[in-house]
Formats: sequence, structure tokens, C-alpha cells
Amino acid sequence: MSVIAADDDLEGAPRPRGTNYINAERGIVSWLTTVDHKRIGLMYLGSVLVAFALGGFFALLLRLELLSPGHTIMSANQYNQAFTLHGAVMTFLFIIPSIPGALGNFLVPILLGAKDVAFPRLNLLSLYLYWIGAIFTLSSIVTGGLDTGWTFYVPYASTTNTSVLSVTFGIFVLGFSSVLTGLNFIVTMHKLRAPGMTWYRMPLILWSLYATSIVQILATPVLAITLLLLMAERVFHIGIFDPALGGDPVLYQHFFWFYSHPAVYIMILPGMGIISELIAVHAQRKIFGYKAIAFSSVAIALVGFLVWGHHMFVSGQSEVAATIFSFLTFIVAVPSGIKVFNWVSTLYGGSIKFTAPMLFAMCFLFLFTIGGLTGLFLGMLSVDMHLHDTYFVVAHFHYVMMGGTVTAFLGGLHHWWPKMTGRMYSQKLAAVAAALYFIGFNVTFFSQFILGTRGMPRRYYNYLDQFQPLHAFSTFGSWLLGVGFLLMLYYLLKSLKSGAIAPQNPWGGKSLEWTDAASPPVTENFEHRPVVTEGPYEFNEGKS
Amino acid sequence: MRLTPIDIGSFWLPRQTSTLAPEVDAGFHVVYWLSVGFFVLVVGAMAYFAVRYRRRREGEKTSSIDHSTALEIVWTTIPALMLLGLFAMGLKGYASAAVAPAEALEIQVTAEKWLWTFTYPNGTTTVNELGVPKDRPVRLVMSSKDIVHSFFVPEFRIKQDLVPGAYTTTWFQATEAKDVAVLCAEYCGTGHSDMGAKIIVMDEPVYKDWLEKGGGASDLPPAELGKKLFTQRSCATCHSLDGSRIQGPSLKGLIGRSEDLEGGASVKVDENYIRESILNPGAKIVRGYPAAMPTFQGLLKDREIDALIAYLKSVN
Repeated sequence: MSVIAADDDLEGAPRPRGTNYINAERGIVSWLTTVDHKRIGLMYLGSVLVAFALGGFFALLLRLELLSPGHTIMSANQYNQAFTLHGAVMTFLFIIPSIPGALGNFLVPILLGAKDVAFPRLNLLSLYLYWIGAIFTLSSIVTGGLDTGWTFYVPYASTTNTSVLSVTFGIFVLGFSSVLTGLNFIVTMHKLRAPGMTWYRMPLILWSLYATSIVQILATPVLAITLLLLMAERVFHIGIFDPALGGDPVLYQHFFWFYSHPAVYIMILPGMGIISELIAVHAQRKIFGYKAIAFSSVAIALVGFLVWGHHMFVSGQSEVAATIFSFLTFIVAVPSGIKVFNWVSTLYGGSIKFTAPMLFAMCFLFLFTIGGLTGLFLGMLSVDMHLHDTYFVVAHFHYVMMGGTVTAFLGGLHHWWPKMTGRMYSQKLAAVAAALYFIGFNVTFFSQFILGTRGMPRRYYNYLDQFQPLHAFSTFGSWLLGVGFLLMLYYLLKSLKSGAIAPQNPWGGKSLEWTDAASPPVTENFEHRPVVTEGPYEFNEGKS
Repeated sequence: MRLTPIDIGSFWLPRQTSTLAPEVDAGFHVVYWLSVGFFVLVVGAMAYFAVRYRRRREGEKTSSIDHSTALEIVWTTIPALMLLGLFAMGLKGYASAAVAPAEALEIQVTAEKWLWTFTYPNGTTTVNELGVPKDRPVRLVMSSKDIVHSFFVPEFRIKQDLVPGAYTTTWFQATEAKDVAVLCAEYCGTGHSDMGAKIIVMDEPVYKDWLEKGGGASDLPPAELGKKLFTQRSCATCHSLDGSRIQGPSLKGLIGRSEDLEGGASVKVDENYIRESILNPGAKIVRGYPAAMPTFQGLLKDREIDALIAYLKSVN
């Protein structure tokens, strides 16, 4: 919540003119009881950034431990707890709520031309549930840790003596937060569009958030049920998953991935939405293939429900099931490809400015393309036998989740920062940070592809000496990444204190947050209710 | 268990030492070059457009082409057809790996935290060492005693989970007489990364001889045999010799030491206590440690237990 705290430091600095949503009311209580979607979004932003810093801290510890085989700085059990917390915090406390909770909350009503989301109080409840879930999840750090991996595979998770209960309960609560946000967005998009805001005039980020919300609402309850069953097994010894009690461990994997694969799309779809905005605005170019991008989001969300078994090709599921899941997995690659081709085509004939958001968007195209293509290796039944549960998988999902979603999130943060805070940050420092991030990321994770294909399994505390140079290289990259993030933190915080006052439309955007709302917006977003007469990407008149 | 190194065959992949490996690798290389091609296409186009259409002045006119149905169809159908090809190729390799030849030699594999046991048709059992004949198909029928583990042989390109309460199978035909690394690929707790085994691929006559002798019986002097067994049978995964705590009590200065037990009693460690702890580990648990040790009943011969005791005395 650095962002909120920093607001109090602003006393002496030049302030954005007039009243806005940040200074409309003062004091901590006004924040904790607010129903303003922008304030809630800002509190989400602070919270997910704290979670990201924590998850990142664990990541740096893990990489440091892996600098050499065997004991470097921690024991095997500490290592197992560190990678579990890294995964659980990054997945459940950072990535899933990051873009919808922080940027989505801030943007959805403004982009629609609405005063707020459909259910403002429910929105605040989502945030509180997020905090409660986070407290339960993180309480495990002081109550014996957790060493199951973020996947809670049974029977390990039903037999380990670490804090499985508090974390699964925390994630159970976080699920409600996620469902309520999704519900709110869907209703808001159906009911609160401004006059003239047809579905095809909605900015593409809204289509992707809509698709995300569908997945959140339909998939999250399955995770909730699965975790409840796991808790019932641990506490009451009801045999569901543990064969010692008459259960089936592979059933757990089906239940878990039935949520957790769609959850991958909960994580990446909002990022894809951001990229559509960044590329169009910073190339001042009408988006290429609006409908193709919009409907590919929906296609990904729907087909994404049918591919969970590709996490289980070697689990002992039937060969027929594995074959069907492999086939559907290749099908779901098609709409992702369509998006990438349309984004690149949007650059054609544009007027591309290398602003920080555009640099992150190009990072995204580079990294996400690698992440997507390496998924094809894992979709192939034969090749997956070799690569499953190796560092190749680790590298693949980091290229998608971090190279994709986190890069898009950073791009979105830099894009809407002036709108959210009313301040500009240093473009020069941002370019340096983006470069550090890009290089650090590839050094850290590309080396892991090589480790994986050569046979290095994941979740290994100790490893063969022959893998040491690549591990050391990867660890070195993690330090570059760390420095990049510290630099971002520095200039973003500095902008709050002494950044130039942001104009209403610094990038020449055509969607409502730029054309009709001040930087930062007033409490109910607009002085006058906007009336929409054209789409959000009409850049081609030759004036900005 | 000291991990056996993986022989690297090319920049990306381990050496191919099974009949399956070339087939898996063929699929790998097709998807690899296809990916390289698409990557160059996408990132190349992006880089070219970024330079060609960089902003030279504010407010310049940009293209108004906002869609192309023909292009959409092209970049939907062509990748889709390529993806179908990849699917078919993957399926073909998978089918080869799924069905073992009928004449295959069958060996039982049991996994538990954190060791592998292999049982041969003649009743011989080995721990963490799987002896197999070269050029003959071997089918593994596998199960786990506790949680999910995964049998991963990088040089053979096979991987299969072992699930408690069910049997899973995999098969291979080794093509080189050498030691091949086995790794556990499904996370299983403290000793996961040390849960390795070694496949000893032998020419048929050598294998027969090896199996008859009960799987690598050794005529080493007791303390040296004990030293070998101590790492090979995974003792070192949980018990240190330098006093540090891992999963179980350290064995430094063991003989003659007095241990407090769960339940309040105590025991003075002697040969009998060590023997009992190996064969019936749950009988007298040292206070503060989990009852995690598997029994070695039937997995260690008397001579081998004697050898372990001799070794522990020698490092006392």
C-alpha cells in the first residue's frame, strides 16, 4: 500500500489541480469504507504489489540457494517451503488479482462511461475477502510453513505436517474475492455502458476482462470444492483422494487442474487485453482485427476449460484421455496465435513511439511468443514424456505468466499511471528499467529451457554437478531482474513526490479514460456523462 | 544415493540410449524448428515495423486498414494444420511408448520416500539399482507405497508417475551397455532431489550372471561394503555423518550413545538397536523425529546389515 501511504507525503509538493478521487476525502477510514472503484483499485494495486515483492523475495532466495548443488543458504525443508510460498503467493495473491483487481477495477467503469461498477459495496467486500484470504495464506509462514508446492498434490498434502489447512482455507476465501470481482465486471459491462457504447465500441481490454470473468465465475467454485474436500480428508479422515483411506490421488489432480488450467487464462487474458490497448495507442493506429481479437478471447476462455488433462499426460490417466487432451490443447493454441498476428499487424503502418508502455508491449510480444511456442512442445504427447516436470516447464510457464502477464501488467501500470496518480514518471529511467527487466528475464529463464531439455527435474533442492553453470547463470539473471524492479519502484515513487503533473491525455488515447476523464479522475469519473459516437481506436484522421 | 550423471548428446538433449529416444527427438526437432520459424516471423515483423514505422513527427497519418478476412483465414488455418501435424507426431511417439512388446522382460518397481526397489521375475530384489539386459524390451510395472513419485530416465526419454493404490507401466529397450540415470520427477518432500537410481545396462550374459548373484553382490570387506550401501540405499538422504540434522537423527558418534525415545524411554545404541531400526524402524523412534523411515526387511541381507554396522563403527 505504498501508493496510499505516499499520498500523505505529498503535502509540500505541487498538487494536481482541483478535486479528484484521491483528495476528495482524507484519512484512512475514508479509504477503508470507500465504495469508489478507483480507490478500491488503488488499494488492490498496493496490496498486489506487496504480494509481488514478497513472492519476488522468495524467488531471489530460491535462486540463491540453487547457485550451487546441495546446501547453499538453506536446508531442503526450507527450500521446499520457499518454493511453495513463492508459487502460492505469486499465483493466488499476485497474478490472479493483479490486473482485474488493480487495473480492472480502476478502468472498467471509466472505459464504459459509468460512474462505478454495478455493485460498489460488493466490490469493497472483494477487497476485504482478498485481505482475509491473504492473512490466512501468509499466516503459514509463522505457523510451521507449507511444503506441498502450490499444487497441493495428494497424498502428500493430506499427510504432511505443515500448515495445509490455513493456506487452503485462505485460498478458499480468495476464490470468493475472485468470483465476486468477476460477477461485478460482467453485470457492469451488461448494464452500465454509456449511451452509444455498443459491444463493438468497447476497448478490447474489456472483452478480455469479460472472458476472464466468465472463467473466474465458472472455474473457481471447483477449486473451492476441491480444497474443501482436501480439508475434510485432513481433518475428518474422509477418504476422497488418499488411497490409504480408499481415495484416488489422480482424481485430485483432475479436480485441481479443472480449475487451475482455466486459471492460467484468468492470468493471461487480462494481460492480452492490456497489450491490445498499449499497441493501438502508442502506435496511434487503428487496432487490426478487432473482432478477431475480441472473439479469440472468448474462444480461449471456452476451449480453455477442456484442456486440463495436459498437465497429467504421465500421471496414469488413460491413453484415450491423454490423446483427447493433447488434441484440444493444440486447438487452444490457435486463438492465441490469432491475437499475436493481429497485434503485429497493428504495428504495420502505425506511428510507433517508444514510450515505456510500448517498450513493455514489445517485450510482451517477444516473451509471450516464446512462452506460447514452448507450450507446443509440452502439448506433444511424446515430447512431454521427456519434458514434463522438468525445468523446461518452469521456463515455459514463467515466459507465459511473467513474460506475458507480468510484462503486460507493468506496461499497463506505466500506461495508466498518469491517469491513476496524476503524475508523469521519468521515461528515460523507465526505458532503462524495461531493458534490465528484459535482459534479466531472458538470462534467468532461457537458461532453464536448456536445463529442462537436458533432464533437470523441477522442485530439486540438490542437483547434478553438470547443471551448475546454467543454474549459476540463471541466478545471475534473477539479480538483474531484482535491480530492474528496484529501479521501477524508485522512479514510480519519485513521480508521486515530484513528477510532472500529468495532462488529461498524455499518450493521445481515444478511449473514454483519456478523452472524457481528468488525470486523476473525479470521484464519479466524469463531469458530464459521456456519449459515445465512435470506437476507441479511431486514430487514422492524422491528428492526435 | 549419489546421482548418476546424465550423458548429454546434443546442445539440447541427452544422449539417446533407448529405442524410443530417436522417435521422441524427431518430434522435438520438428516442433523446435517450427517454433524457431514462427518466432523469427513474429519478432522479425515486429522489429521491422518498429523501425520502419517509428514516429517521426507527432500527428502523422496512420494506416486505416482495420481488418483483413483473408489474412485472418490464412493465419488461422495454416497454423491449425501445422498443429494437427504436431499432435499426430506426438501421438505416434506416445503410442510407441504406451505399448510394450509382448516378449518384454517384466520387472516390478516400487517407490517410497526416498528410494526405489526393483523386483525381478526370479524374486531377486535390488534397491536403487536396476540391472537390465541390453537390446531387450523391459516392461516396468510400478506402484508407490506412500505418495506420488515419478520414474524419469532422461536418456531413455521416458517418464511415468507411480501412484499409491494403483499400477502404472512404462517400457524401454536400452541400446548401450552403460549406467543410466534415473530421477524422481514428481515432488515428494525432503529427499525428492536425492531420490535417484541407476539403471545398469548389461550385455545379456553379464546380466544373467549379475541376476544369478542376486543383483551385484559384492565381495568387498564389510566396512567398505557398508560405505557403499550407505549411499546406494539412500541412508544418506536422511542421516548425516557430521552431526547435522536432516530428516532423521545424525549417525555421528552413534554406537554407545544414549537416545531418548518417543514415549519417554531411552535406549543405549548398540548393534542390536541398529539392526532393529533397519528392519523395523517404527519400533523405537528417537524423540522429536518423524516415523518416516521405510523398512529394509527383505531388502538387505544379513551380510549387508553387518557391513552397515561395521561401517558406522568405522566412522564413529
